[in-house]
Amino acid sequence: MMVAQLLPAVERPELIWEGLLPVLLLGGGALLLVLFRSLVRALPESVAGQVAPAMGALSVLGMVLAGGFSGTDIPLGSVVDDLGWVTYLIGLLVVMAVVAWGVARLGLGLDATLTAGLALAAFSAVWRLWNDRLEIDGPMNIVGDQLGLDGFSLVFTGLIALAVVLVALLLDGYLRREGIDGVEMYVLMLLSATGGVVMASANDLIVLFLALETLSIAVYVMAAMHLRRGESQEAGLKYFLLGAFASAFLLYGIALTYGATGSTNLIAIRGFLDSTTLVDNGLLMGGFAMLLVGFGFKVGAAPFHAWTPDVYQGAPTPVTAFMASVVKAAAFAALIRVFVVTFGAYGSDWQPAVAVLALLTLLVGSLLAIVQRDAKRMLAFSSLGHAGFMLVGVQAASDEGVAAVVFYAVAYSMMAIGSFAVLTVVSGVGDRRTGLDDLDGLAQRRPALALAFTIFLLAQAGVPLTAGFVAKFEVIGASVSAGSYWLAIAAMVTAVISAFLYLRIVLSMYLGQADEDADEIRVPGAVALVIGVALVVTVGFGLVPGELDTITREAVPRLVSLGSAVTLGS
Amino acid sequence: MPTLLAASTSVAFPVLTALVVTPALGALLLLLLPANRPEYFKQVSFLIAVVTAAMTAWVMVEFDTAGAADFQFVDSVSWLDNLGISWTLGIDGISLWLVVLTGALFPIAILAIDAEHSPKAYYAWLLVLETGCMGVFLALDLFAFFVFFEIVLIPMYFLIGQWGHGARAYAATKFFIYTMFGSALMLVGILATAFLTAAETGDPVTFDLVTLANTQALSTTAARWIFLSFALAFAVKVPLFPVHTWLPDAHTNAPTAGSVILAGVMLKLGTYGFLRFGIYLFPEAAVYFAPMLVALGTIGIIYGAIAATMQRDLKRLVAYSSVAHLGFIVIGTFALNTEGLEGGLLQMVNHGVSTGALFLLVGWIYERRHTREISELGGLQKPAPIFAAVFMVVMLSSIGVPGLNGFVGEFLALIGSFAAYRWWAIVAATGVVIAALYLLWAYQRVFHGPAEGDNAEMADLTWREGAIMLPFLAAIFFMGLYPKPVIERMEPAVDALIAHVERHVDDFSEPTAEIAPAVELDDLHGEGSDAEHGEDTSHDEDTSHSEDAIHSEEGAQ
Repeated sequence: MMVAQLLPAVERPELIWEGLLPVLLLGGGALLLVLFRSLVRALPESVAGQVAPAMGALSVLGMVLAGGFSGTDIPLGSVVDDLGWVTYLIGLLVVMAVVAWGVARLGLGLDATLTAGLALAAFSAVWRLWNDRLEIDGPMNIVGDQLGLDGFSLVFTGLIALAVVLVALLLDGYLRREGIDGVEMYVLMLLSATGGVVMASANDLIVLFLALETLSIAVYVMAAMHLRRGESQEAGLKYFLLGAFASAFLLYGIALTYGATGSTNLIAIRGFLDSTTLVDNGLLMGGFAMLLVGFGFKVGAAPFHAWTPDVYQGAPTPVTAFMASVVKAAAFAALIRVFVVTFGAYGSDWQPAVAVLALLTLLVGSLLAIVQRDAKRMLAFSSLGHAGFMLVGVQAASDEGVAAVVFYAVAYSMMAIGSFAVLTVVSGVGDRRTGLDDLDGLAQRRPALALAFTIFLLAQAGVPLTAGFVAKFEVIGASVSAGSYWLAIAAMVTAVISAFLYLRIVLSMYLGQADEDADEIRVPGAVALVIGVALVVTVGFGLVPGELDTITREAVPRLVSLGSAVTLGS
Repeated sequence: MPTLLAASTSVAFPVLTALVVTPALGALLLLLLPANRPEYFKQVSFLIAVVTAAMTAWVMVEFDTAGAADFQFVDSVSWLDNLGISWTLGIDGISLWLVVLTGALFPIAILAIDAEHSPKAYYAWLLVLETGCMGVFLALDLFAFFVFFEIVLIPMYFLIGQWGHGARAYAATKFFIYTMFGSALMLVGILATAFLTAAETGDPVTFDLVTLANTQALSTTAARWIFLSFALAFAVKVPLFPVHTWLPDAHTNAPTAGSVILAGVMLKLGTYGFLRFGIYLFPEAAVYFAPMLVALGTIGIIYGAIAATMQRDLKRLVAYSSVAHLGFIVIGTFALNTEGLEGGLLQMVNHGVSTGALFLLVGWIYERRHTREISELGGLQKPAPIFAAVFMVVMLSSIGVPGLNGFVGEFLALIGSFAAYRWWAIVAATGVVIAALYLLWAYQRVFHGPAEGDNAEMADLTWREGAIMLPFLAAIFFMGLYPKPVIERMEPAVDALIAHVERHVDDFSEPTAEIAPAVELDDLHGEGSDAEHGEDTSHDEDTSHSEDAIHSEEGAQ
């Protein structure tokens, strides 16, 4: 078979700039940010205090512009129709003033403000794209057939943008407390997020690989960013070595898949697999296996999880929050797009493998977590358990399964960011005090903080009226609906086992005796804001899950063939 | 058969939603109160609980006795549209008395014992607990039911863990993990019920209890497996032997109010679950597994009674007696006839009243003497005669002495199970004797004999405590002497449930026995499922007979 015939002649790809806006805002913003900060290393004393609030106000304008450019209307454009431009402008000014006041009040640094502003603008673009483009035009390709835009990619883009905002707020106080303030962390985070967004929308294995590397390499450096902590260095090195190894697996998997199907383009692969019956599919199976190993590493699935505890524990806590939310979500997005959508026809071949991965991950995540003595490490193991749950949803290989994983990814990201935000402030200078006994008596020292942490932990345990419960409910529902009863039962049993782990943390907070001469826990306003937002999302979508549920059900990944109206569903 | 009569019986004010939401809002209100006025916490939470109790009383009065088989006061609001999940609450003759009991016990539990420390969180958790319990008894949607069934764990976990005694961390964790394990599989069962039913009928997925129960689209095998997943959850909650081991630990280490609620309300979540969800949703499986559950219930009765006899700790003794009492409820329920189900239901309320009161009394002994070891107590009757008298009445009610409430329920449950499972019922009846043994023996050791040391100085019942005990005593005597108002409100619902089972299970007819006031054993017939009487004629006869039986006992007083 001639490969050349399958590939279209090289020509300028058709670009839809609006669809590309979130990527450009995050990636381009990162580059501009690093350029700006290398030119202006330190702000003049006289304006230092005013620049960040001003930038905060400008970012509101940025949200309006990004929204207006990507959609057919500016955000909240109906206000203009109803009450006129003057009202809208006055409202805008008021919001800008409030944001500026808020930034000044929280004492946010310039870098964190700019990062959050860029991510918020990206989020605003996602919002308008969802409402104005997706609802009307349906899924589309935005860069040739290399990048797609569908509900699935948009939800993940929006989630990543929100996570970046929250982690930026966490990083601000953290970096200053640790004395390692600088723009590098923010730039790396924005770059990594760009990689994540591209991963969620990639329609080609090569693009996907490049995005994954962008995401990963930035995170390797972020993990090692705390120069004065040995564990941080160790985490970075470990993550890098094992990550590079996993990337090699992934690349080899891509090569084998290319060999078996004649293309690296997901649309072409799907078309090929749908229309062709392979006599000898050894090459394809090898490709599946290798790809699964590569993705398994990124999502932290057992038996490719060995890096998780050390890296989660060693990395600066806000970076851990970023890994648990953005990296995990992006990896699951790519996993679903490649396996559930592209290899959907071969479900009976890869579903058992995913089931085994899910089962192992659930068991390791729940059983090994019990014996840990460090809260950060416990949460690392519990992140395995959550990855296992999401794999259960992937294993269902259905629209419900995908919707459940999307819901789970959103819910878990918020719970994880909230939990690690609490640990960020509790751990104190040097990220030292993350042990279980350092949490002793937190309820007496900081009742509100302890209550918030308890809610995050219970949500992770899957207690009703939290988003964590609805997420588990949806995943188990998808699994049961697909007939995987035993996997569903195993998942629920391990959920009970991991409840023990969350209860241990809760117990030490409420029953433990606080160390008399422990340092006072300082909660910066920005961290309180992060915890508050995560709390509202976690409890809000637990009480009223309908809205998010509808969004996740519309977030079905689609592959759109070039030049034809055929939409390949999952 | 229960049907949603939303149009005819629902009222403008969503009273059932208010029942569920009021305590939760009260808990939020408590959190907002300033911390420097601790005396407000108890008053405010008591007020909230009283308002809730008043609403349950209103529901009880407005409840349409003739239509007790139908769900009344139904509220239904869509919750999660895509999955056919709705916030549907309703009340019928089965749940009515449990709701009333819940409404009555919470203000008492709040009033009776002060929080030892951190009153704000303590009362807030109690109110959250009330929301959860109300929700379980009222929910008519499987999702909503599961949410409430799980949510009750959280406040109870904190109540035991933070305000308990002894090995409280261990007890709280054990309680949480045991019950969560049970319900984890039930979640799979709930989802399987909804999705398999939708797949069979081709209708959109729904979690509505009444719809699912009337569809009965599941295959026999599937229904049996799913019933088992439900049964495990309920068996842990009840608790049935052999998954009962969390109960003594939880009870012993819980604060008094926690024990009162745990025994009075929370144990009924399991038995109620069997009635409302187990039998109603899976009639065939319930009939199929009934012998197993009756056997486990009987083992529980004997085991609980023997274990209670051995206890040195007064509270642990009462805890084990709960295992025995709950066994009676289970054998009555799974006799699957009118007497058995009514006896089980009555016993649920009775156990809530008498064991709740017992835990309160034990709590007050502990408050005065700081010990619950039976060997360290003795002769309390002399310094505290009124206390001893009240204890005596409550204890006799717990034993099941005729004329007091415990007798009616146990008697009906035994009659019902005798008709269905003669030998198990005979074994179970010996449990009544052992109950008399351990309770009287404990009473003897605690209250009789010479009072030495601190025992001689024990204070008698205060006015406040007496006032708290008054509703318990009133309920004990009223339900023992004149149970008719209670029974006639539950009977239509019970009959409807049995009719539902008969309609959906081909070779099942209600196990009945001819029971006349002065019947001789030889005249009894109708053992197991090979009853000789057709169900159509036996219904009315049975009920009149059972009432005759009760009235005759009253006459004997």
